[in-house]
Amino acid sequence: MYAQMIKTAGTGVKSPEEMTDQERAFQARIDADEKIEPKDWMPDDYRATLIRQIGQHAHSEIVGQLPEGNWITRAPTLERKAILLAKVQDEAGHGLYLYCAAETLGISRDELTEDLLSGKMKYSSIFNYPTLNWADMGAVGWLVDGAAIMNQVPLQRTSFGPYSRAMVRICKEESFHQRQGYDIMMKMCQGTEEQKQMAQDAMNRTWFPALMMFGPSDKDSVHSTQSMAWKIKINTNDELRQKFVDQTVPQAEYLGLTIPDENVKLNKKTGHYDYSEPDWSEFFEVIKGNGPCNTERLNARNKAWDDGKWVRDGLLAHARKKAARKASAKTAAE
Amino acid sequence: MADKLNKNDALFQFLLRLGDNTLVLGHRVSEWCGHSPVLEEDIALANTALDMIGQTQFWLGLAGEVEGKGRTADNLAFLRDVWDFRNLLLVEQPNGDFGQTMMRQFLFDAWHSIMLGRLMKSSDQRIADIAEKASKEVAYHLERSADTVAGLGDGTEESHAKMQTALDLLWPYIGEMFVGDEVDAEMVKAGVAPDPASLRDEYDALVGRVLADATLTTPDSKFAHKGGKTGMRHSEHLGHILTQMQWLQRAYPGATW
Repeated sequence: MYAQMIKTAGTGVKSPEEMTDQERAFQARIDADEKIEPKDWMPDDYRATLIRQIGQHAHSEIVGQLPEGNWITRAPTLERKAILLAKVQDEAGHGLYLYCAAETLGISRDELTEDLLSGKMKYSSIFNYPTLNWADMGAVGWLVDGAAIMNQVPLQRTSFGPYSRAMVRICKEESFHQRQGYDIMMKMCQGTEEQKQMAQDAMNRTWFPALMMFGPSDKDSVHSTQSMAWKIKINTNDELRQKFVDQTVPQAEYLGLTIPDENVKLNKKTGHYDYSEPDWSEFFEVIKGNGPCNTERLNARNKAWDDGKWVRDGLLAHARKKAARKASAKTAAE
Repeated sequence: MADKLNKNDALFQFLLRLGDNTLVLGHRVSEWCGHSPVLEEDIALANTALDMIGQTQFWLGLAGEVEGKGRTADNLAFLRDVWDFRNLLLVEQPNGDFGQTMMRQFLFDAWHSIMLGRLMKSSDQRIADIAEKASKEVAYHLERSADTVAGLGDGTEESHAKMQTALDLLWPYIGEMFVGDEVDAEMVKAGVAPDPASLRDEYDALVGRVLADATLTTPDSKFAHKGGKTGMRHSEHLGHILTQMQWLQRAYPGATW
């Protein structure tokens, strides 16, 4: 999940009696699993919430390049370097589809970028953690992309057409990302003692931040209920987190890795794994800007944007001159 | 190489030159990941780096095969030291700003595309096959780097000035592309590769056209720094690149990744 703590606009779910005719017709379309397209009428709050959610998702893809980019120049083989480059390139591509989906709602990519750079909009908390050894590239693919997929697969059915279609494309690539992450972990866990240590170290640092990716429990949240009624959120945070734990624990056992939570065990009654809640105070600190890498990540993006201004201006000026030359050549010919 | 060079050694050296160019430039370009001026450039830079790493796998893979000592592409990339690298000095130059990176890319792509075009007619079918595959990717690299150089040169006063600075800085590194030595002579004799000097006219014409579109002034000087492709004298930068690139393989010898 690359969107966390999205504040749903509005005051909560309205009963059919409270809705206007337009709102009732809109909700009926959603209930009938019709896709809402950009030119269709939609409630302002639906639009505003989607902009927040898609924007945060896009920003996460962009900032998410940084922790993995950190290892591209140090990848241990040519093949690993190529795979990592392809993966980071995919992520930038995902950012692009998502910004395009957000643009159909009437906000420009530049406006969204400004909000990211000023800190007004957030990106997923996970990218504020450092990648310290090569096994982190495995852990990011396996656990972080694994957690993201949990949420993105259902979002392929989300009510807003452009978002849903972007998710379909993204999910195809994400499952490759997760597999390559697991493949790195397999190699590490079958490798030398030092490689096993790297793998366990990455696991120890990534487990709880990965659980935090789903966001705090939202079972009592009015906002979440509205987003679910609009089908821009399909499952609750807790449902997805449980699904992730259930999927991941056997994989960790297969790798021979220890999950850094002694409470993880199969609950025979529920058929699910029990686990400890992450430290939510740490999560809120990260969201506030106090994660280990918040400052570096945001500074890196700001520097890229500021340093690139002359490039964007230059290419824009060139495009204008070219268009003007073309127009004047046309006039001269007439 | 004081001793008589046999054809196999020459072929090995020649393949290292091709593979090390793409390896080192691919590394440099990949340093941009997540830091470029605009999202489309992040994608394009990663894509270019990816192509070059892919080409490296082919060239160094073949080099290892030709050498016949059981070294793989990875062994060659990650376990040689500076003096055994055979890349041009141009490709190990630092990224600088985005303009400098794109100017370096353009000056290399122009040579690379012409070289690969000739290598598609190599008497060595393995080389011709790799060149054919790579030339499709490099045609795109050249189109993009040429467009960017032309656009930024022509753009604003500021972008023009930055591109001129980049061109002046990098110009002394292009001469090395056209200097032949005994390895090249051996390749010419065997019909494997062209005489490097024979590429110069086509290169000057191509580069001249783009620099004219870019409204940039081609430097007068023909002075050329040398020592990369022979391995005699790399710049200080290469050692730092290798320190990063080879770190895991050096720190944990024998591990499988």
